[in-house]
Amino acid sequence: MVAAKQAVAELSEGPDVVTGESAPAAKLPAGRATAGRKVLPIVEGLVLLIALVLPLVLQDYLTVFATRVVILALFALSFDLVWGYAGIMSFGQALFFGSAGYGVALLARDLNVTSIFLILPAGTLIGLTAALLLGGFLLLGRHPSSVIFVSLGTLTGSYAADRLARGWYYLGGQNGIPSIPSLTLGSTEISEGPVYYYMALGILVVVYLLCRFLVRSQFGLGLAGLRENEQRIAFFGYKAQHLKAIVFAVGGAIAGLAGSLYAFHEGFVWPNMLGVVFSTQVVLYVLFGGSGTLIGAVIGTVIVEGVSFWLSDNYRDVWPIILGVLLLLVIMFRPLGLISLVLGERERVGRFGKAPKETRNAAP
Amino acid sequence: MPLLEATGISKIFGKLTALDGAGLTVGENEFHGLIGPNGSGKSTLMKCVAGAEVPTTGKVSFVNTDITAYTPTERARAGMSLKFQITSVLPTLTLYDNILLALQAQSSLLDLVFSRTRRALHDQVMTMLTQFRLADRAHDAAANLSHGQQQWLEIAMALAGKPRLLLLDEPTGGMSLEERRVTGELLQPIKQHCSLVIVEHDLDFIRDICDRLTVLDQGKVLACGTVAEIQANKSVQEIYLRRA
Repeated sequence: MVAAKQAVAELSEGPDVVTGESAPAAKLPAGRATAGRKVLPIVEGLVLLIALVLPLVLQDYLTVFATRVVILALFALSFDLVWGYAGIMSFGQALFFGSAGYGVALLARDLNVTSIFLILPAGTLIGLTAALLLGGFLLLGRHPSSVIFVSLGTLTGSYAADRLARGWYYLGGQNGIPSIPSLTLGSTEISEGPVYYYMALGILVVVYLLCRFLVRSQFGLGLAGLRENEQRIAFFGYKAQHLKAIVFAVGGAIAGLAGSLYAFHEGFVWPNMLGVVFSTQVVLYVLFGGSGTLIGAVIGTVIVEGVSFWLSDNYRDVWPIILGVLLLLVIMFRPLGLISLVLGERERVGRFGKAPKETRNAAP
Repeated sequence: MPLLEATGISKIFGKLTALDGAGLTVGENEFHGLIGPNGSGKSTLMKCVAGAEVPTTGKVSFVNTDITAYTPTERARAGMSLKFQITSVLPTLTLYDNILLALQAQSSLLDLVFSRTRRALHDQVMTMLTQFRLADRAHDAAANLSHGQQQWLEIAMALAGKPRLLLLDEPTGGMSLEERRVTGELLQPIKQHCSLVIVEHDLDFIRDICDRLTVLDQGKVLACGTVAEIQANKSVQEIYLRRA
């Protein structure tokens, strides 16, 4: 987006209005020029392939770690949808993740509900409801909400939930809710290890494909307009705030699904899951990998978590500093995230549905 | 009854009075020019009509409905459309997607999610692109167009929702003479179904295309009438035409 804005700025400075041409440096590639070079499906395929074989080559304790990363990647997808596609700076995404985590933990503790068919829909529903309530308040005013209002509003929601959980005895206070039993599928327990990993991966793939379908639909085209110029599309007659609220709610539902998977995988929930720590962590995953690409969110999560794991093992005292410097470097030199190393601007923006044949033929 | 009637519009920014009881009346299928020296309040009046600014006092009626408190979305849905002064096409999207984005603004959520609009609106997209001489670049990114072509794309986008009133803020800004002439040609056919308000510095363009003019000076209406009446108006000549 930055590159495109720069391109437009250059165009408006001195285009040749007679020939209709502008400086080559300001040009975005034409549709057909990049039609043959599709990097995104290759990257997605590679990530999936690696993810599929991982438990076969990893030791058990690392498979547990990889499962955690897969669940966090699902959480990152929810933030990418909200920020990368709808331009809503949610600094409180953990509110939905943690609410669902606590909700399903209570279901398991107090009602002995552990069936996957009840727990995952319940977690999704909790995330959806929380996002609808907060999104309705923050986004559905008569006039568009400012970025500051939304980011502070979400941050406050997340922080308040964290404090509430810490002080509420019923929710276990500072210690959270420990000893959540395993998820069950019929009479089978799904405990941590390869089975949980493949289940989480399967869910991640399905949600990823659904998100991909959504952002590549004409609804996604509306979101692209929203992200680039919210005021402009309001003047077309779009109910921009409604579009935002819908994406925010979908994001909340996905975060809720991730939160319920996380709670049962870890076996306990604690206040951090609701608070600022997880909320900012997911922002970093997405910025690091590259927002507005979906796969960038997944790659960002894998790399940030992987590097943290490795650094904390090898540089016990200074690893957070090294990680911080690495993140800063990426944000300084690759503001569009690591995915921009291989993905061009045109493909990042992408296409929305299939163009009818005659117009494809009409492309220059 | 006129299509648009804005009366007693004032707009105060801090200590600056940009508009001081200005008004604007536009009839059905009328091309109306809004002119005046720099700082006379033309763009502010346009923004107050379009909903980009809320007037401090005054009333805006459109199709016999008081729309003063309407948001831009509500105004667009009532049949009003705006082309911004600064080109605001979506640069990373193709021309096709820019037009489709504008055309599908009032489609249902399900039609958008299942991409039904793409098939349903395809012919309209191509008609608009052809009408504005951009069909051969349908799948090029909008950022690759010349400034003039971006202005045309923007006008096409503003017309996509079949508005009854189109507000054009400096449509020929930065264009070559040839592009200005073509812009005039492109706008003529829309008169059959749409009224137009144009803020423009190019008086030749305004004279060629408009039926009536409103002249603003220091936030007030100095004169209003046909092009011939305005040209004959001595106070207008005094403050504006001679300077131009």
